[in-house]
Amino acid sequence: MGETWRGFWVVGYREVLRFLGDRARLGSSLLMPLLFLVIFGAGFSRSIGALAPGVNYIQFMFPGIVGMTVLMNSLFAGISVVADKEFGFLKEILVAPISRTGIVLGKAAGGSGVALIQAFLLLLFAPLVGVALSPRIVLLLIPVTILLSLGLSGLGILIASFIASQQGFQLIIQVLIVPLMFLAGVFFPTNNVPTWMEIITKLNPLTYGVDAIRQIFLGSGRGLGVTLFGHVATLGSEVLLIACISIVLLTGAVLAFESQS
Amino acid sequence: MSDMIEVQDLARRFGAVEAVRGVSFTVGEGEIFGFLGPNGAGKTTTINVLCTLLRPTGGRASVNGFDVVRRRSEVRRSIGLVFQQSTLDEALTAERNLRFHAYAYGVPKAARDLRIRELLEMVELFERRNSVVKTYSGGMKRRLELARGLLHHPRVLFLDEPTLGLDPQTRRHIWDYLRRLREREHLTIFLTTHYMDEAENCQRIAVIDHGRIVALDTPEGLKDQVGGDLVFLSARDNAAAAGEVRERYGLDVREQDGQVSFHVRSGEQFLPDFVRGFSQPILSIGVRRPTLEDVFLHLTGHEIRDSELDAKDQFLNEMRGW
Repeated sequence: MGETWRGFWVVGYREVLRFLGDRARLGSSLLMPLLFLVIFGAGFSRSIGALAPGVNYIQFMFPGIVGMTVLMNSLFAGISVVADKEFGFLKEILVAPISRTGIVLGKAAGGSGVALIQAFLLLLFAPLVGVALSPRIVLLLIPVTILLSLGLSGLGILIASFIASQQGFQLIIQVLIVPLMFLAGVFFPTNNVPTWMEIITKLNPLTYGVDAIRQIFLGSGRGLGVTLFGHVATLGSEVLLIACISIVLLTGAVLAFESQS
Repeated sequence: MSDMIEVQDLARRFGAVEAVRGVSFTVGEGEIFGFLGPNGAGKTTTINVLCTLLRPTGGRASVNGFDVVRRRSEVRRSIGLVFQQSTLDEALTAERNLRFHAYAYGVPKAARDLRIRELLEMVELFERRNSVVKTYSGGMKRRLELARGLLHHPRVLFLDEPTLGLDPQTRRHIWDYLRRLREREHLTIFLTTHYMDEAENCQRIAVIDHGRIVALDTPEGLKDQVGGDLVFLSARDNAAAAGEVRERYGLDVREQDGQVSFHVRSGEQFLPDFVRGFSQPILSIGVRRPTLEDVFLHLTGHEIRDSELDAKDQFLNEMRGW
């Protein structure tokens, strides 16, 4: 137990330390969501109009962009595992008296911390694009963001366990990130799409994260939410679902990481 | 002297390739013990098993009295490591690297800062402690890794090719530190090398080739196995000279690179009589103690350089990649 705990915080601490020391990453990972926000916002706002009473396109998209930021930064936990492998530092971690479970949870927590920082930096832009913020929104966002990013970090680490080079990892992520991002209801509601697409969006874990974040921003009952088994999913049930998915992904990541050493 | 490392019939295979095929040896407390052999002989694989990075596929091994499979955690606490390739976090400063290591090994807070300072001073990097490791030269990185490997007061220090790719002056430096450390910290040192001069620093050497130990002795003991001193001469007619040595002394003679050479006990006493009684005109003659290079050639039938990476070794190196 002591070895899991020590591994967890040592590895997690390093992740955040490295992130804060890397100014280029700090800026560039914020640039992409902002570009999406500005370009899609400016491009679609006029032709789409209100998606629900009192919800314009930017107000609809902003929570989705927050979810997307969480996705991208969380998957980065995976690339940091691959980078450690490539530069040899992983060996230093593997021969230390800390448990493999602690290492994986620390990486995930580090990825999660970074995702949380990025998501909150993005919130600074909310008033500029006409998205209302309240203390309640901010407080609710913290646990949901952490829960979602832990699971997505688990996914990144799971993939990283089978990959030896950063290029290989980036290739896989690029292939994966497009459907994850576009079929999660970030840019359009998923309750009025063809059946095949609906099936994919419901299998996509990010869908529930994006919808939960959107419910936090816009409130529920606007006819935009995800339906599950004929019912519109509540924030509570979605958080529960995200928690379950995160536990599965993290367990998978621990097992995959252990099996290779 | 109690045993710090005990290895019995240790084997490790990667698929169809047997990298280590049943090696047995013990290393005493405070000893400097070396694994000498070409690349791909199984040295790194053995180290990886001893430091719990790889599970053996056969045999047993223990370090500081702890089994390397069942008591991994205790083994990890007992050992310090310096790998062939750098395992530093190059984006962090030297001090941060050491600090991270101290956290990971649970070094008590009270001792931490003092120990970090002491080690950085020893490897002469204290002034550069706040520089990012990326800006360090190869020798500085190796010294920092040495300091880091010692931070948690290990009982055994494993060094995998500790001076590979370093210039002669830095290599001498590293060995100065190692000898000083062994005395001060009562360390046991286990190292692998394919440099002959480096192996001379060991108290005992295991010569390893194709996954097996072919000899294990002190450097002097190994040299004696060759059959004494090496006499080398060139004559006006080398072939005739070689024939005469063979006939008169019944010795194993080698004719190579325009030289005739053979081994003989107490070479310096042997030489005067030999020259007096020899009928072939001799142009030059000399005698020297055998080197470990001669030992390796004698034991394996090939020179250590000849067996550098072939296809199989490259495969193994990739398998060992992490």
